[in-house]
Amino acid sequence: MNWHQIWEVASAPDNVPIVALLFLVPFYCWYAFRQALANDRLIEKLEADPAAAKTAHRKTQPWNPKWEREVHTWPYLMRIELLAAILVTVLLMVWSITLNAPLEEPSNPNVTMNPAKAPWYFLGLQEMLVYFDPWIAGVVMPTLIIVGLMVIPYIDANPLGNGYYTYKQRKFAIWTFCAGFIGLWVAMIVIGTFIRGPGWMWFWPGQTWDASRVDFMVNRNLDQVMPFSVNGSLVKYLPGVTPAYAPILARTIFGIFPVGLFFIVASYGMYRLMTLTPFARKIFQRMSLLQIVTADLFLVLMVSLPIKIILRLVFVIKYVWVTPWFSI
Amino acid sequence: MRGGRGCADLLRSEVSMGDGMPEENGEGKKSGLVARVREDVKALKETVKVKGKKEIEGLKDPEKTQLYRSIFRFKHTEEPRNRALSVLSNVFFHLHPAKINRDATKYNYTWGMGGITFYLFIVLTFTGVLLMFYYHPTKVQAFRDILYLENDVPFGKLLRNMHRWAAHLMIIAVWLHMFRVFLTGSYKKPREFNWCVGVLLMVLTMLLSFTGYLLPDDQLGFWAVTVGTNMARATPLLGHEGPFGAQLGMTAYNDVRFALLGGSIVDANALLRAYIWHCIAIPLIAAVFMGVHFWRVRKDGGISGPAPVMLESEIKEEKGPRPVIMKPSGTQ
Repeated sequence: MNWHQIWEVASAPDNVPIVALLFLVPFYCWYAFRQALANDRLIEKLEADPAAAKTAHRKTQPWNPKWEREVHTWPYLMRIELLAAILVTVLLMVWSITLNAPLEEPSNPNVTMNPAKAPWYFLGLQEMLVYFDPWIAGVVMPTLIIVGLMVIPYIDANPLGNGYYTYKQRKFAIWTFCAGFIGLWVAMIVIGTFIRGPGWMWFWPGQTWDASRVDFMVNRNLDQVMPFSVNGSLVKYLPGVTPAYAPILARTIFGIFPVGLFFIVASYGMYRLMTLTPFARKIFQRMSLLQIVTADLFLVLMVSLPIKIILRLVFVIKYVWVTPWFSI
Repeated sequence: MRGGRGCADLLRSEVSMGDGMPEENGEGKKSGLVARVREDVKALKETVKVKGKKEIEGLKDPEKTQLYRSIFRFKHTEEPRNRALSVLSNVFFHLHPAKINRDATKYNYTWGMGGITFYLFIVLTFTGVLLMFYYHPTKVQAFRDILYLENDVPFGKLLRNMHRWAAHLMIIAVWLHMFRVFLTGSYKKPREFNWCVGVLLMVLTMLLSFTGYLLPDDQLGFWAVTVGTNMARATPLLGHEGPFGAQLGMTAYNDVRFALLGGSIVDANALLRAYIWHCIAIPLIAAVFMGVHFWRVRKDGGISGPAPVMLESEIKEEKGPRPVIMKPSGTQ
């Protein structure tokens, strides 16, 4: 167990934000869910007693009917903001005095760093390069993430939880967002920071980063692990197909099936997830066809990443569809 | 020159010739000017005493002076009207409403992350401008400027550190802000559009950080940007190594990566372009979007909560699905 290696990685100045993330994300998750559970208890109380629901104060915040509903922003809000600004400034100054911004050797196109890592907020995308080709990991996926985030308000047909924390009223939304944000985005950043070492090889925490370690990995494609062989023996009879071209065509055609199958199975799976509980079914009824299709599509694309991760890391399969123009 | 008496006597005699006082001889002439001066001095002393007293009295109440009133348009006391005015009549504060729901000041609802992000943006702009005085975006000078800044400029190291760590903090704050807005459902009606503007702001924040990463022109920045822009050459259709890119005539010298770098390698042009994106173009775009974002927060009803909880039984039935696309006449 090489503790020094762990310290080296964790204390590298540019990695400190991720160490901070490791504390901040769980803290704010807990902070939010504490509120959510308090609200859920209130909701349960009100649902059990319809008479109280009509008259009770519907917030968990302290309330006194004699208090005014509104307070002046000056001073009550402005002083909190001033305090926040002061605290952030103090934190920033202490951080800047104790930790120096990194500055490595002058740039040299002839000497590549190993590992050559993207800035930490893009490490998630760089980690995706292990599982997808650059055009997907670097262009298509980021675009889908941005568009997918923008689409959220328009596919969310659940009117509850608008302006307050709740868990039980928005389980599906919270699970999918946390799966995407924490389970995929933040986790991939943590992997890219602490786990990936020289050569982008996998080093568990405590293992020494050894640039000359040799990982024996066989890159196989899905068509190579099938019980039958995809070598063009069927397509070579088509007109215009040369013996050299036959296996390429065969692989191109073969790949349509696993990808198609994935889309069909995953779409149905997401539909089952979206209609898991009676409440979910009620919300589903309110969704238009466009909303359903969009939600399903983005969920399927999102789940394609963990599936590819499992295929690569567990089954050592690199591509599921190989064509002369692109590979997935 | 009269002997022994000098110019004063001359003056006296000349003055006395012109002032028409009957008893003018040597002594009378003397008293003419001196008396005048003495009277004037006496009168002025009186004036000074009276005016001075009044003005010093006045200074005890500076809020009534013209200078003060030209700057401050109302009394800054604790009456409700003045409290409201101190927010509404201030160009910086009038982002806020005069009053807000008392629960909206609670930290455990908002986490303050939106405000912290904006504050960090201001810190970054301020430290960034100061850094610009010491930086030339050329291959020859960039790295040396950073060394000079860190080692020879007083507080240069602190300045650079503050800029870098504020940038990282801002990204974390943006993510936490997005997380909070999601968990409180504050993207739902009527705030859908503002959520989209927020997503764009997040992308702009990350792009700002990315373009700034290259500017020290060290191995870290150079190779990070190389990795990033190499992904651009894999863009479908527009990148020379992307699917169908070659078919559309894309080469390393005319694809989207070339457009980003101003060349086919990460070199002097890339550095200059990153500098301009980082210091001018993206901050301007971000400022415009921030204006929209803050405006929409107010127009959409201010901070979304904490709102009274809604029960499942209170969900109103929708009259059929709301179509995204309507017929040209505006009807369904």
